[in-house]
Amino acid sequence: MTQVSMTVNGKQASGDVEGRTLLVQFLRDAQGLTGSHVGCDTSQCGACVVHVDGQAVKACTMLALEAEGAQVSTIEGQANADGSLNVIQQAFQDHHGLQCGFCTPGMVMSAAALLKDNPKPTEADVRDYLEGNICRCTGYHNIVKAILAASGQDVSAIAAE
Amino acid sequence: MPKDGGIGASSKRREDIRFLTGEGNYTDDINLRGQAYVFFLRSDIAHGTINSIDTSAAEGMPGVVKVFTAADFEGVGSIPCGWQVTDKHGEVMQEPAHPVLASGKVRHVGEPMAAVVAETLEQARDAAEAIEVDISELPAVVDMKNALKPDAPKVHDDLKSNLCYDWGFVEENKAAVEDAFQKAAHVTTLELRNNRLVANPMEPRVAVGDFARGTGDHTLYTTSQNPHVIRLLMGAFVLGIPEHKLRVVAPDVGGGFGTKIFHYQEEAFVTFAAKACNRPIKWTSSRTEAFMSDAHGRDHVTTIQLALDAENNFTALRTDTHANMGAYLSTFAPSVPTWLHGTLMAGNYRTPLIYVNVKAVFTNTVPVDAYRGAGRPEATFQLERVIDKAAIELGVDAVALRRQNFITEFPYATPVAVEYDTGDYVATMDKLTEIADLAGFDARRKESEARGKLRGLGVNCYIEACGIAPSKLVGQLGARAGLFESATVRVNATGGLVVMTGSHSHGQGHETSFAQVVASMIGIDENMIEIVHGDTANTPMGMGTYGSRSIAVGGSAMVRATEKIIAKAKKIASHLLEASESDIELKDGAFSVAGTDKSVAWGDVTLAAYVPHNYPLDDIEPGLEETAFYDPSNFTYPSGAYACEVEVDRDTGQVTIERFAAADDFGNIINPMIVSGQVHGGIAQGIGQALLENCAYDENGQLLSASYMDYAMPRAYDMPFFNVDHSCQTPCTHNPLGVKGCGEAGAIGSPPAVVGAVVDALRSAGKDVTHIDMPLSPSRVWAAMQ
Amino acid sequence: MYNFDFVRPTTVDEAVKALGDEEAQALGGGQTLIPTLKQRLASPSKLVSLTGIADMQGVSKSGDSVVIGGGTTHRVVAEEAAGAYPGLAALAGRIGDPAVRNRGTIGGSLANNDPSACYPAAALGSGATIVTNTREIAADDYFQGMFTTALEEGEIITEVRFPIPKKSHYAKIAQPASRFPLVAVFVAQYSDGVRVAVTGASNNGVFRWSEAEAALSDNFATDALDGLTLPSDDMIGDLHGTAQYRAHLVGVMTKRAVAAAS
Ligand SMILES: Cc1cc2nc3c(=O)[nH]c(=O)nc-3n(C[C@H](O)[C@H](O)[C@H](O)COP(=O)(O)OP(=O)(O)OC[C@H]3O[C@@H](n4cnc5c(N)ncnc54)[C@H](O)[C@@H]3O)c2cc1C
Ligand code: FES
Ligand code: FES
Repeated sequence: MTQVSMTVNGKQASGDVEGRTLLVQFLRDAQGLTGSHVGCDTSQCGACVVHVDGQAVKACTMLALEAEGAQVSTIEGQANADGSLNVIQQAFQDHHGLQCGFCTPGMVMSAAALLKDNPKPTEADVRDYLEGNICRCTGYHNIVKAILAASGQDVSAIAAE
Repeated sequence: MPKDGGIGASSKRREDIRFLTGEGNYTDDINLRGQAYVFFLRSDIAHGTINSIDTSAAEGMPGVVKVFTAADFEGVGSIPCGWQVTDKHGEVMQEPAHPVLASGKVRHVGEPMAAVVAETLEQARDAAEAIEVDISELPAVVDMKNALKPDAPKVHDDLKSNLCYDWGFVEENKAAVEDAFQKAAHVTTLELRNNRLVANPMEPRVAVGDFARGTGDHTLYTTSQNPHVIRLLMGAFVLGIPEHKLRVVAPDVGGGFGTKIFHYQEEAFVTFAAKACNRPIKWTSSRTEAFMSDAHGRDHVTTIQLALDAENNFTALRTDTHANMGAYLSTFAPSVPTWLHGTLMAGNYRTPLIYVNVKAVFTNTVPVDAYRGAGRPEATFQLERVIDKAAIELGVDAVALRRQNFITEFPYATPVAVEYDTGDYVATMDKLTEIADLAGFDARRKESEARGKLRGLGVNCYIEACGIAPSKLVGQLGARAGLFESATVRVNATGGLVVMTGSHSHGQGHETSFAQVVASMIGIDENMIEIVHGDTANTPMGMGTYGSRSIAVGGSAMVRATEKIIAKAKKIASHLLEASESDIELKDGAFSVAGTDKSVAWGDVTLAAYVPHNYPLDDIEPGLEETAFYDPSNFTYPSGAYACEVEVDRDTGQVTIERFAAADDFGNIINPMIVSGQVHGGIAQGIGQALLENCAYDENGQLLSASYMDYAMPRAYDMPFFNVDHSCQTPCTHNPLGVKGCGEAGAIGSPPAVVGAVVDALRSAGKDVTHIDMPLSPSRVWAAMQ
Repeated sequence: MYNFDFVRPTTVDEAVKALGDEEAQALGGGQTLIPTLKQRLASPSKLVSLTGIADMQGVSKSGDSVVIGGGTTHRVVAEEAAGAYPGLAALAGRIGDPAVRNRGTIGGSLANNDPSACYPAAALGSGATIVTNTREIAADDYFQGMFTTALEEGEIITEVRFPIPKKSHYAKIAQPASRFPLVAVFVAQYSDGVRVAVTGASNNGVFRWSEAEAALSDNFATDALDGLTLPSDDMIGDLHGTAQYRAHLVGVMTKRAVAAAS
C-alpha cells in the first residue's frame, strides 16, 4: 500500500492504495464518489471520464498513483455552488440528453472538455469528440443537441423535442 | 402542443437532477458493511464434460471465504423458464435443466463452473486461477441447421435432440396457404439472417445478496427490469424462499433493453451464498463477462415467401425460421420466436393466409432471449424485406405496393390470431412522405452522385404488439406468469401523493411521465406526486417493464387506482360540502358542487381523510390509499412508417446514414419529449443492428465478438439527427389513456429501412443486388458490389 | 489485475535503473498496457511510469526533422506538430478518442507495435529514427512483425525524429468496433522519393508498399497507382474484413492519401 494524495473537486483527498488501484476505483471506493461509472474493461465506453489537471481522461485507464498531486474533477463537482445545474448539465436536462443516466457523467465531463477547447463546435465536431463515449439509450440525438445548446448555439432548427 | 404540465406536456425529467450530478444510486454504488466479493470461474470452451473440479488449492488462498461448485447447490432448483411452447404436434417443448453452476457438462463459453467468494475481488480472481478443472472437450454445435442433423452432438444428453420445439402457426391454415401459393401469379422468396446481437446496456449487471440471520430475511439488490418477477422466479423455483422473506430491490438501473428482464444464475448465487457465508456478497459483471453471460438477442435464420395475385395483391405468406435458443432456455426465450413473432407476420397488410414455422434450436452458445422488440423486429424485417424484393421483381414502386395492400379498416382480425384495434397506415405513410421529403430524393441522389457517392432510399412500415399482455390469452399461449400491472396510490394528509408502481424505470422516465398522468387527473402540480418503483418491499406485486408495456399497462393500473382515490375523495368532499356525491366535480385540484360556487380544496379533503373529525366514518374508512391491478384486454398496436437515406462509398463499401425519418402512431402521448427520446434510442439500436453490430461465434463455439474491440457499438458520428414525428394518433380503444407504447418501435422499424436503402444505392449503380445480410459492414457491402 | 509496485522516476537514468529489476515494465500512458493488465495478460512485478520524466516530453524542430519526446501524448503531438509536420499531427489527432489522446504516448504506441496502430505507419512512412536510452534505430530496422520490435528488454524510447516531408497524408478507414485502423496508409513525399507505409492490413504488421513507392516517386499522382495491386496472401482476414477486402483497401487508401497530401 502506498499513500496517494490529490485534490478532488477542490478538496484534498488521500488514501492508501495498491499499485494496481485505478483512479476510478480510488474515486468510487475510497472517496465514495460513485458518479464516475465503469461500463467496460477495454477503455472504450467513457462512462468513467473525469478531468485530471484540466484534461479529460478515462479514470478506468489511469492508475490512482499517477494522479499524485493532481487536480481531479468529477461529475460530483460540476454543479454550481448553490447546487443548481451548471450550463452543460442544464442543457442535458432541457434537451433530454440522458435516459438511464449511466453514460451521463462521462458525457458531461467530455462535453465540458470539448467546450473548453472548442467553445463553438459544429455538429460534426461534437460527434467526433464523443468517439470515446458510448451511449446505448439516446441515439446521441439529444446529447449532441444539448452540447450545441450548452455552447450557446441556437438548436431550435434541430428536429423537435 | 406545448403545455405547462400534465398529460401532453414535455415536462423536464425530474430524475435527471440526480443523474446529472453523480447522485444516481445504481446497484454497483451499493456497498454493504462486511461485504465479500464473488468471482465466477467461467468456461472457456463451448462444450465439454467436467470430469472434476479441484478447489483445494483455491480454498487456501489469501482472503478466500468459500469456494462453490455445483456440489454446493444440490437441492437447489433449476433456473426456470417462464414460457412453455406447445409444438405443431401438440407436444410441449423440450426443456433442459439450467443449474446455477455448471453440473456435469459445460454448454457455452462463459458458463460459470465455480465461484470464489473472497474479501476482495482480486483475491477471488487470484483464487479462481488456482482451481483445477479437468474437462474433456466435446465437439460444439454452433450452426442451427447442423445442430438438427441426426448425428449432431447433443447439447443436452437427456433430451431427444437439439430441437426445442417445431412450432406451426396457424396450423389449420397450412393447407390453404399451400393452395394459395399454387395459384399465385408471382412468388417472391427471400432467405435472410437476423443477426445475433448483444443488448449492451451501458451498466453491466450487478447483484448484491444480503441475509439477516436474526430475522431470516433475504435481500437481493439487482440490475433488473422487474424485481417482483425475480423475487417470484428465484424465490419459488430456485431457492425456495417465500416472498415475505425475500426482498428484491432494483434501484437506478442503467438501461436494460430486455436483457435485464431475465433471472440469472448470478442473482441466485449471491442470494444463496450470502446465507451460506453469512455476509453480504457482491458480484459486478465486467463487460467481458457481460458478453458471455447476458442473454443475447435475435439470431434467426429465415426463408420467407410472399405470394401475389396478378394485380399485386398479397394472397399468402409463409415463413420457415430457425431460432437459436443458445444452450439453455432463458426466462422468456421460447415466446420470442413464436408468440411475439408469428402473431406479427401480417404486418400492416391484408394478407389473408399466413403460415409460420419456427424450429427453436439448442446450440453451444449463450442463451438467446428478448432484446428490444423481441420477435417483432424479426417479423418486421422479413416481411418488409420480402416486400421490397417483390417490388424489385415486379418492377413496381415499393411504397405503392405497400399502400395497395394496407389494412384500412379497424378493428382488423389478422389470420395470425390477433386483432388490431386501431391504426391508420395511410396517414403515417403520408406523414412520412412529407417529413422525409421523399419527393426530394431524386435531387439529393443527383447531388450525391456528383460527389461520387451512391445514394439509396429505403422506406418501410412496421406494426408491433405492445402493452404486454392479456394474462388469459398469454396463459393459453404458454406463459407461466400473469402479465397485469399494479399501482398503489397513497395520498398524504397534506395532499401530496406517492404512487407505488409495479412497473420499473431504467431510462424511460416514469418518475416524470407517470406523475404527469396523475397530476392531470387531479388537476394538481406534478411536483406534488412522487413515483416509487423498483423495490418489492414498498410496491405492489408488479410485472415490470418490457414489451413497451409501462404506460399502457402500468399507467392504466395507476389510472384505475387514482380513479378509486378520486371516487373516495369525492365522497369526503360531498360530506364536507354537504352536497350530493353525484353533484361533486373535481377540477384544477378543487372539488365543487355543480352549479354553485361552493368548493373545497384537494388538500382540505386529504386532510379530512387523515384527521377525520368531520368525516363520514359510518360510510367510509379514514385514509386515502388505493391499489389497482390492471390486466389489459388486448395488446396495443403501435405502427408507423420509416425512411432511411444512405450514401455508399463505391471504393470502400462504407455506408453513412444521411437522413432518417420516422412517422409513428403511438396513440395518445403523455410526454412528447420522452417519446421522441425513446424513438431516437430505438432507431440507433436498429441502425446499429443493420450496419454495425454482430455477435459472432466460430465453429468451435468461441465468441469472436467478446468485447467492444470486436462488437461494434454505435457511436455519435454513426448517427445523423433523426426526424421523428408522432402526430398521427389513433388512440388505443381498450385502455383508459388511449396509449399504445413507444419503447421498441424505433428498433423494430429501422433495420429494414437501412438495408433497403443500401440495396437501393447499389442498384442505382446497376448492381443486381436484392438483399445483403446484416450487419452491412463496409466489407460486406464492398463484396456485394463485386 | 495482478498487483505490482509502482514507481514514477523523474529522469531517464532512474527509469532505466528501475527497469533493470526482473519483470519490471515501462508504463507510458497506459492506454494499451492497463487494459492488458485488466485482462491479466501480463504480470509485471513493477511498473515504471515514464510520465514524470520531463526530458521525454514535448515537440521540437531540429533542422529538417521534428523531434518528439518518447513520453509525449498524442494530443500534444496533434497540437504542437501541426505547424512543422501537419500530416503527422493529423495522424496523432485521430488516434482513438480525446481521452485516449490525453494519456497515450508515441513511445508506448511504437513500443507496442500493434498491427493496427497508427504511429508505426507514420514512423515507417517517414523513415523516422527511434531513439532509445542506448541507441538510435532506423524505422526500417525497428518494426519486426506484429507486436515485435527491435527494442531490448528494459530499453526506453526517449525520442523519435521524423524527417519532414514535402507533402504527406494519412488515410484511415476505421475498424467498426475498435475504431483502430481497419487499413490505413501513410504517404510521405521527400525530395529523394516517396514512402508508403501500410498499417492494419498485414499479418506481419506495418509494412512499406515498395511498388507504390516506386510508382509515386516517378509521378506523385493517384493515376500512378492505377493497376497496382497487392496480393492478399499475407493480409489479415477477420470478422471485420476479408484478406481480399483489406488488400483492396490498401490501394484505395493509398490513392486517397496521395490525393489529399499537402
Ligand atoms: C479506446 C482506444 C482507442 C485507441 N485507438 C487507437 C487508434 O486508433 N490508433 C492507434 O494507433 N492506437 C490506438 N489506441 C492505442 C493508444 O494509441 C495507446 O496510447 C498506445 O498504443 C500505447 O501508448 P501508451 O503510452 O498508452 O503506452 P502503454 O499502454 O503505457 O504501454 C504500451 C507498451 O509500450 C511500453 N512502453 C510505453 N512507453 C514506452 C517507452 N517510452 N519506451 C519503451 N516502451 C514503452 C509498455 O511497457 C507497454 O509494453 C487506442 C487505445 C484505446 C484505449
Ligand atoms: S469504464 Fe469504459 S472507458 Fe472507462
Ligand atoms: S443515457 Fe443510458 S447509456 Fe446514455
